[in-house]
Amino acid sequence: MAVRAPLTERPPAGGGALVDFQGLAKSYGAVRALDGVDFSVAAGECVGVVGHNGAGKSTLMHVLNGGVTPDRGHLVVAGEEQQAYSAARAKALGLRCVFQELSLCPNLTVAENARVLHPSIRGFGWRRKAGRLIVDKLDEIFPGHGVSDSDLVQDLSIGRRQMVEIARAFTVTELPARVVILDEPTSSLDAHTAGQLLRYVRRSVATGIGCALISHILGEVLEACDRIIVMRDGKVVAADAARRLSRAKLVAAMGGVAGDDSRAEAHAAARERAEAPVRVSVRPPGQKDETRLVAHEGEIVGLAGLAGHGQTDCLLATFDAAMRPRAGATVHGPVAMVAGDRVSDGVFPQWSISRNIGVRSLKALRSGPLISPRLEDALADSWRQRIKIRTPDVSHPILSLSGGNQQKALFARALASDAHVVLMDDPMRGVDFGTKLEVYDLIRAEARAGRTFLWYTTETEELKNCDRAYIFRNGAIVAELERHELTEERVIHSSFGGSSP
Amino acid sequence: MSASARMESPPATTDLRRALRTALPAVSLALVVAAIAWLNPRAISYFGFTLMLNLAIPIALATMAQMFVIAGNDLDLSIGTFVGFVCCVSATWLRDEPWLGAIALLGCVALYAALGALIYLRNLPSIVVTLGMSFVWQGLAILLLPKPGGKAPAWLQAIMGVKPPFVPFPIVAAALVAAVGYVVLMRSSYGAILRGSGGNAVAIERAGWSLLKAKAALFALAGTFGVLSGMALVGITTSADANIGNGYTLLSIAGVILGGGEFVGGKASPVGAVIGALTMAMAASPLLTFMRIPPDWQVAANGAILIIVLAARVLISRNGERR
Amino acid sequence: MSAALRTALARPWIWSFIGAGVVWLAAVAFTGGYGAGGMLTAALSLAVFTVIVGIGQMFVITLGPGNVDLSLPANIGLASAVAMKTMAGDDSLVALGLAAALACGLAVGVANYVLIWALRIPPIIATLSASFIIQSVDISYGRGLQIKPPPGFADFTNVQLLGVPLLAILTALLAWVAHVALHRTIWGRSVMAIGQNIRAARLAGIKVEPVRFATYAFCGALGGLDGALLAGYFRGANVDIGNEYLLASIAVVVIGGTSVSGGNANVPGVWGGALFLVLLLTMLNTFGVSAGVRLLLTGLIIVAVITAAGGEKRTR
Repeated sequence: MAVRAPLTERPPAGGGALVDFQGLAKSYGAVRALDGVDFSVAAGECVGVVGHNGAGKSTLMHVLNGGVTPDRGHLVVAGEEQQAYSAARAKALGLRCVFQELSLCPNLTVAENARVLHPSIRGFGWRRKAGRLIVDKLDEIFPGHGVSDSDLVQDLSIGRRQMVEIARAFTVTELPARVVILDEPTSSLDAHTAGQLLRYVRRSVATGIGCALISHILGEVLEACDRIIVMRDGKVVAADAARRLSRAKLVAAMGGVAGDDSRAEAHAAARERAEAPVRVSVRPPGQKDETRLVAHEGEIVGLAGLAGHGQTDCLLATFDAAMRPRAGATVHGPVAMVAGDRVSDGVFPQWSISRNIGVRSLKALRSGPLISPRLEDALADSWRQRIKIRTPDVSHPILSLSGGNQQKALFARALASDAHVVLMDDPMRGVDFGTKLEVYDLIRAEARAGRTFLWYTTETEELKNCDRAYIFRNGAIVAELERHELTEERVIHSSFGGSSP
Repeated sequence: MSASARMESPPATTDLRRALRTALPAVSLALVVAAIAWLNPRAISYFGFTLMLNLAIPIALATMAQMFVIAGNDLDLSIGTFVGFVCCVSATWLRDEPWLGAIALLGCVALYAALGALIYLRNLPSIVVTLGMSFVWQGLAILLLPKPGGKAPAWLQAIMGVKPPFVPFPIVAAALVAAVGYVVLMRSSYGAILRGSGGNAVAIERAGWSLLKAKAALFALAGTFGVLSGMALVGITTSADANIGNGYTLLSIAGVILGGGEFVGGKASPVGAVIGALTMAMAASPLLTFMRIPPDWQVAANGAILIIVLAARVLISRNGERR
Repeated sequence: MSAALRTALARPWIWSFIGAGVVWLAAVAFTGGYGAGGMLTAALSLAVFTVIVGIGQMFVITLGPGNVDLSLPANIGLASAVAMKTMAGDDSLVALGLAAALACGLAVGVANYVLIWALRIPPIIATLSASFIIQSVDISYGRGLQIKPPPGFADFTNVQLLGVPLLAILTALLAWVAHVALHRTIWGRSVMAIGQNIRAARLAGIKVEPVRFATYAFCGALGGLDGALLAGYFRGANVDIGNEYLLASIAVVVIGGTSVSGGNANVPGVWGGALFLVLLLTMLNTFGVSAGVRLLLTGLIIVAVITAAGGEKRTR
C-alpha cells in the first residue's frame, strides 16, 4: 500500500532542527534505559524509531516530552538550550505526544477532552470552540470518522478513541504544535484508518511540522518516514535515510533474524489436522447463519479481519463456553486466555513475576491443601528460561519488566496452565520483533504437542503461523482461508467484503 | 485489542442507554412521589411539600458536598459530623460574634481544601482521613456545645422561612442548589478538568494541569456546601446539637449513588445528586409515616426503600442494555 | 541502618506496632510506671474484639475498591442477642449458642452478598441498607431482652493465663490461620487477585463471584462470633454493642497497612492497629481528658498516623 510517491533527494522542508538532544543518558537503578543517545527532529521531517522492547524508545520519547529528566544530556529545542525542561515547558514549546496508553478521560466528552489539552479555551462558548476544533481536525485526518464532539469517550470503540487522541495531538490554538511524537499510533487502528493517518503525517510534515514515529510495523515506518533510527539496549545502533534501509536491514540491526517462513511451511505440511478430534466449535455472537469457528487438537487457528469486528467477542464467547456450556458454543477441555491489553486485562501489578505466572495454575501448585511457594517459583523459573523473560529473578515485581517481557509472562501464565485451548486476543500489540519470533516458535512447538490455539491478530504477517484463518466482518465470519490461501490480498479482500479473486 | 472494550454496537443504542441512565434518578423520585400521592393525596400540596421537604435543603447541600468528593474518586465519611459542627458554630459564634463566626466558617472551608491537598500530596486513602476527621469535627462540636442549645441567627431563620408563591421553598432551593452545582461542575471549563481528574488523573496531569489544585478545589467545594448545609439546618431547627448531623454522611452517600454517581471513574452528576437527596428525604420519613409503619421497623424501611429504588434502577438499566 | 532493620521497617504493619508501643509508653510515663502491665492486659482483652471483625473486614476490603462491610455493627448486635437467647443462661448450651451466633452472622454475610450480586448494588450501599434491616430485626427480636450469659461462658471470656487473656491467645491463633489462608490458599490468592485487577482475575480463570460470596460470608460469620463473645465479656447483649466496631474495623485494617484500594492485605497489621487504637484510648483516659478532647485527639492521631505512613506509591 503506497503512502507517498517514491523519494528522490528531498531535503527536509524549512531546514533547521526543531529538537536536538545530544548525549542523553538515563538509568533506573542498574538498568541503563538510555546510554548516550543523540536524537534530533528537523522541521518537515518524519523520524522513525524502531527497536526491541527495553531498547529505550519509550524512555527517549518521555525525555522528549519532558516527562522524564535525563541524568545527562544537552536538550536544545527551537534553537535554545533547555535548563529546566519539563512537561509544561515542552508543551509550551510545541511538543505533542500520543502514547501507547490512551490519555483521554473516559467520563468526559470528546470536546471536553480537547479542552483539557488547551487551557486557552475558556469563557463563554468554550464548549463549542473546543468541539469545532477537534471535529475539524478529525475531518482533516480521518474523513468519515463518525465521531461527534458530544460523544462520551467511554462510549467510543478503542479505535475511535485512538483517532480522537491522535487528532487532538495535532490541534492548534495559542499552543503551537511543532513536533508531534506518535508512539505506536496505529496499534488500535485497522488498515484503512492507519493508512489515512500515515498519509496525514506526510501532509503535515510537508507544512513544516516535525514528527517522530515509533512503530513495530516496519512497513509503515519505511513508507512514512524520511529517516529511521534503530535502538538497542539504550543506544542508537543504526540511523539512515529511509530509502537506504529495508526490512531485512532494520531487523538485522535490531538483533533479530528475519522470519524464516520455510520453517512454518514444513511444520504445517507435517500434520493431518482433519483426523484430530474437534476441540472448539463456536458460533460467533454476531453470526446470522450457522457458520462456526472450528478448531481441532493441535491446530493454530487465526481470527483476522479489520480490528474490532467481533474477533474478541468470539474469543470471549469461547472462554465463557468452557466454564458454562451453552448452545452454539462447545469447548472440550480447559481454556486459558492471553489478554491483549495487559494493563487492564492481564497483569496483577502488585505481584511478583512468579505469582503472575502461577495464578492460572493454582490448583496444580498445591502441596497438600496449601499452595507451595517453592513449586510456584520453580514453575515460573522454568518458564523464564523457556520463553526467555529478561529478568534476573522471578520474585521481582512484574512491573520491573519491560512491556514485551510482561507480555511474555502473560503467555507463560497461559501456557503453564492445564489448558488444552489457548485463546490469544491480539497479544503481540506493541511487542518488539525479537520477542515475537521467540513466541511464535513456542506456539508452534506447543501446537505440535497437541495444544489448540485460537489467535486473533491484526497483523496479516502473523497469520502465516496459522493453519487456517477465519476472516471476520461486522461480528461474523465471512471467509475461511486455508494456509496456502492466506495472502494479504485475500485477507484484505474478505475484510472489506469483496469476493475472492 | 482489549477484551474489555467491546464497543462494537452502533451509536443509536448508546444514545438510548445514555438517556435512560440520566433519566433514572428522576424516575426514582417520581415513584416515591407517586407512592406518597397514592397513600395520602393531601400531602401533594404546597403545604404538604413544604413540610415533607423541610429537611431536604440541608440534605441536598450535604449531598452536593459529597458529590464533589466522589467526583474525584474519594469518599467523605466526615460530612455528617462536619455539618453538626457548622450548626454549633452558627448557633453560637455566628449569632453572638458574627465576625468570629464568619472567620471560623471560612477557616473550615480552608481546612477542607488543605485536607484535599494533604490527601493528594501523600496519596492517602480518603476513607481513613475523613474517618479521622469525623472524630475531630465531633470532638470540636462537643467542646463548643456540650449540651444541645444555642440559637440560630435571626437572618438565617428568615431565609429558611421564606415562602415563595406557587412553588414550595424547598423545591426552589433544591433547584437553585442543583443549578449552581451543574454550572460549576458540568458547564464550566475548569469543571471539565475537575471531572477529568477523577476519570483519568494521569492524562490531566500530562496535559499540564495541577492535580493538587484540582483535588484542593474539589474538597474546597465540598467544604463550602457543607458549611451551607449546616447553616441551612440550624436555620430550620433554630437550635443546635453536636450530634444533629450524624446521619448525613450515609444519607449523602446514598443520595449521590441514587443520583447516578459511581465511586470510581469520576462519574457524579450534580442534578442527579439533588434528585437523589430529595428522594431520600421523602422516603426516609414522610413516606413511612403515611405507610403507617411501626417505629421498630421504620429503620428497616429506610434500608428497604433504598434497596427497592436501586433494584428498580438496575432492572431499568438492564432493559436498556438489552435493546 | 543495617539491612535487617531496613527490611523490618519496610513491612507495612510495623508502624502500627510502633505506634501502639509509643502510645503505651506515653500512658505509662504519665502514671509514673504504675499499672503498666495491667494496661497491656486490658488492651489485649479489648483489642480481641476489634481484631476479629478487623480480619473479616480486611478480606472484604482487599476485594477491591468499594468493597466494605458496613453491616458489622448491626450484625454484632443481632448475633449477641441470638447467642444470649439460645444459651439462655445455661452453660451446657454454650456451644449451641456460639453456633447460632455464627450461623446468624453467616446469614447476614450471605444476605449482603445476594444484594450485591443480584441487584448489582455497590457494596457500601448494599451493606448499609442491610444494616438498617438487621437493626430492626434485632430491635424487635431482642425486645426487652436482658438475658445474662451463662456464668461459665462469661468467665471463659475473661480468663487470663499469666496475665495474657485466653481470648487474645485464641485470636492470635485465628489471625495466624487467616494469614496462612490469605497467602497459601486458592481463596486467599483469589481475593488478592480480584482486588488488583478484576478483569484479569476473570480471564485468569479465577471464579470471582464464588470467591466474593465466600468472603462476605466469612466476614459476616466473624461478626457473629464477635457478637457472642462481646455479650459474654460485657455480660449482656444489646442493640448498640457493636456500634463502635464499624469505624474501628476499618481503621485497624488501614492503620495496619492493608491497601484500601484492594489487592494487598496483611494480617499482623490488624493486631497492631487494634492494639494501637485501644492503647490510645487507654492513654487518653489516663490523662483524664474530656469526651470532646478525647474524640478530637483520637481523630487527629488517626489522621497523623495515616499521613506519616503515606499511601501506596503511585505506579506511574
